[in-house]
Amino acid sequence: MKYLSEYRDAELVHSTIKKIGDTVSQPWTIMEICGGQTHSIIRNGLDQLLPDEIELVHGPGCPVCVTPLELIDKALAIASQPDVIFTSYGDMLRVPGSEADLFSIRAQGGDIRVVYSPLDALKIAQENPDKEVVFFAIGFETTAPANVMSILQAEQLHINNFTILVSHVRVPQAIEVILGSPNNRVQGFLAAGHVCAVMGYWEYLLIAEKYQIPITVTGFEPLDIVQGILNTVESLESGEPVVKNAYIRAVTEQGNQAAQETINKVFESCDRKWRGIGVIPGSGWRLKPAYSAYDAELRFNVQTIQAEESPLCISGLVLQGIKKPAECEAFGTLCSPENPLGATMVSDEGACAAYYRYRNHNSR
Amino acid sequence: MCLGVPGKIIEIYQKQGLTMAKVDFSGVTREACIEHVPEAKVGDYAVIHVGFAISLLSEEEALQSMELLREILEAGEELRDETSS
Amino acid sequence: MKKELPSLEGPVCALPRSHKDKIVLGHGSGGKMMADLIRDTFYPPLSNPALLAGNDAGVVQLANGTRLAVSTDAHVVSPLFFRGGDIGKLAVCGTVNDVAMVGAKPLYLTASFILEEGLELSVLDNVVQSMKSAAEEAGVEIISGDTKVVAHGEADGLYISTTGVGMLDPDLNIGGAEAKPGDLVIISGTIGDHGIVVLEARGELGFETNLKSDIAPLNHLITAMLNVSNSIHVLRDPTRGGVATALNEISKQSGVGIILDENSLPIQPAVSAACEMLGFDPLYIANEGKLLAVISGKDVEKVLDVMKKTRYGENAVVIGEVVDSPRGRLLLKTGLGSTRIVDVLAGEMLPRIC
Repeated sequence: MKYLSEYRDAELVHSTIKKIGDTVSQPWTIMEICGGQTHSIIRNGLDQLLPDEIELVHGPGCPVCVTPLELIDKALAIASQPDVIFTSYGDMLRVPGSEADLFSIRAQGGDIRVVYSPLDALKIAQENPDKEVVFFAIGFETTAPANVMSILQAEQLHINNFTILVSHVRVPQAIEVILGSPNNRVQGFLAAGHVCAVMGYWEYLLIAEKYQIPITVTGFEPLDIVQGILNTVESLESGEPVVKNAYIRAVTEQGNQAAQETINKVFESCDRKWRGIGVIPGSGWRLKPAYSAYDAELRFNVQTIQAEESPLCISGLVLQGIKKPAECEAFGTLCSPENPLGATMVSDEGACAAYYRYRNHNSR
Repeated sequence: MCLGVPGKIIEIYQKQGLTMAKVDFSGVTREACIEHVPEAKVGDYAVIHVGFAISLLSEEEALQSMELLREILEAGEELRDETSS
Repeated sequence: MKKELPSLEGPVCALPRSHKDKIVLGHGSGGKMMADLIRDTFYPPLSNPALLAGNDAGVVQLANGTRLAVSTDAHVVSPLFFRGGDIGKLAVCGTVNDVAMVGAKPLYLTASFILEEGLELSVLDNVVQSMKSAAEEAGVEIISGDTKVVAHGEADGLYISTTGVGMLDPDLNIGGAEAKPGDLVIISGTIGDHGIVVLEARGELGFETNLKSDIAPLNHLITAMLNVSNSIHVLRDPTRGGVATALNEISKQSGVGIILDENSLPIQPAVSAACEMLGFDPLYIANEGKLLAVISGKDVEKVLDVMKKTRYGENAVVIGEVVDSPRGRLLLKTGLGSTRIVDVLAGEMLPRIC
C-alpha cells in the first residue's frame, strides 16, 4: 500500500462515477471547500467525467484567494524594510497588493525567500541573527500546527529575531456563512480532508444538523473525490443530512489531539476578513497575548494599514457559488489573470481564473 | 489548502528538542517533524504537510475502503453481465 | 459530459502581476513572461526573418548557398556543480543541442566567461575540464573566447555564455512551424530530471534524491534519426519551461493542436514524488539532455527503433499526436480519459501548500 497510485486507479474511478450516475435522480449542487481538491478536480478533469446532474461549485478553500488585501499590503510594507528577510510559502508570492507584489519588492532589493516549511524560516532566523526574519503564516487549520510550532520553537530556543504575520482562517465558519446566505445554492459539501485530519469532523455534525445538509469528509486523489461525491449524493438522494467520512485512512472524528493542543497553546479565535466575502465572526486565529512578541504586525507597527477592494469585483458572490464569473462586468476586460481585481482571479484554483482559461480556449 | 503527501518514516531522531523523522516519498527523502504523531514508528506512513506529519495513515482503513470500492466495481460488472446475457 | 476543457498551468506564478517597468525573475523562467519580453522588447528593434522564426537556432543562407545555423545561450545555473553535471557541461551541451535542433551539424563554439571576484581557480579548472569532455563527445571545438571579472557579489561565482555555429543541409526544413496534423510526438527519455536535481542541489527546499541531471549532447542522436527519416518535422529540447512550454510554442508556430497522453509520459518515480511533495507538474520542469521530435506517423517506428539503439535515446517513447484543432493549443488526455488544457508556464515556478 503506497497510498497514492491505488487512489488513481482509472477502473475504480470510473465504476464509482457510474454508481453516482445510477444513484442520482435529480440535479444536485455540491461544493468542495479546499483548494487542493479544486486542483485535483481540474487536473484530472473529474468534472467532465461526472454525470451532468452533478454541479460542482468551487468554494473559498484557498488561502491565497481569501487573504485580505490589507494583509498583503502589510506584508509588502514589512518586506520592503531594510534588514528584513521575508519568508513565505510559494503560493503567496504571486498575490498582488494595492500597489505591488512580493516579486517587485524582490526586484527592488528586498530579501524575500520561499520556504517549504516554517521550521526552515526559523532556521534562517538562527543563521541570520543580525536580521529580522518574518514568516508569512497563512493557511487553514491544516497549516496551523506547523505555523504555531515555529513560534514554540522560537520561544524554546530563545530566538528573538523571528516573528510571524498571521492570516489564519477556519473552514466551519465559512461554511456557515455560505449556507446562511439567502442566495445559497449549495446542497451538499465535501469537507477538506486534511483540515479534518487535524481538527476532526465533529464541528461539521452541528452544521449538518443546523442547516440540514449532508457533508462528507473527502480526500484529494481522484478516487477519494469521487467517493466523497458518491457518499454525498447518496445522502442527498435519501434525504439524510448526515456527516460521513470518506477519508477514513487519515481522518478520525476527534482529529489529531496533539496538533490541536499545539494550536490552542498559541492561537485564540478571532474575527477574520475574507477577501471577497467580508468579516466572518470567529473565522480566524490570532496569536494569544502571551505570544505578542512574535507578532510581526506589532513588531513592525503595520496594524493601521487599510486597503480598498475594487468595487467591481464580485468574487464574494462567486466564492459562494451564487454567481458565475462570466456574469461579472469586469470579467476578462478590466479583470484578468494578468491584472486581477479580486480573490478568485488571483489564484490558480480561483473560479474566475479557471473560467478565464476556458473562455480563452473557446474564443480561439 | 492542503497539499499533504503520504510518505514512509524511515528514521526517527531528536533535533533541537523536537522529534523529527526522515521520510521517504518513493525515492525522495525529506525531514519532517513528527511531534504531532507521537505514536509513529519506523515503517509507518504519514501524511506530510509543509514538513509536518498531520496524521498517520491507517493501512487497515485504507485496505477497507479499497475493498468497498472493488465491491462497487464488481457489482457494476455483474450487472453488466446480467443485462447483456 | 461537460464540454469545457479545464486548464491547469501547474505550480506556477499563475497570475503574475503585470511587471511592466522592472525585470523580475519570472522573466527568465522560459514561460509566458519571457515570451512577452522577447516579443515586446527584443523583437521590434532587431527583427529579421531568422530571428522571428523563433527556433532554437537562427538559420541563414550565405551568398554561396551554404546554410548556417547559429545559436547563443547564457548559463547562470546555481549551484555550479550538481549530481550529473555542472555549468560547463551545460554550456557546451546546451548550445550544441540548440544548433542540432534545427537539423544542423554543430561545428564550432565560442565561450565567454564572467568570473566573480573570489572564485576559486580550482573550480574554474574543473568547469573547463568538463567543457573539454563535453566538446569532445559532441565533436565540436571551442574556437574563440572571452573573459571578464566582476566584483564580489555579482555573477553567482561564474556565468558562461556560448555561441554555436553549425552547417545545415540545403534540403532540411526542420522548425517549430513544420508540425502537421497526423504527426506523432516523441520524447527521447524521462522528463523533469534536470530541474529537480538543480532544485535539490540548491538546498532551499530540503529534500534529497539519487537523481542525476540529464545534461547530454544530442547531436549524434539527431544524426542517427535523420539518417533513417526525412519526415522529421520539428526537433526541440524542452529546457526551461519544460515539455509543456516547448509544445505550446510548437503548436502556436505551426497552427496545430497537440494532444499528450498522460499514461505515456516517462517520469522517474523520484521526480514524480518530488513534484507531488512540492506541488509541481513535471511537464513544466527543465530538461537538458532530452529532445522532442514531431514526426510523420509513417516513420515513427523506424525512428523510435534507431533512437532506442543510440546513446541518450534508449527510453524514447511516443507521448502524443498532432491534430487539426484546437489550433495553437496543447491538451492532455489524463489517465482517467478526461482532457484538459496544458497552458504555458506563466512566470516563476513556486512550491505551493494549497
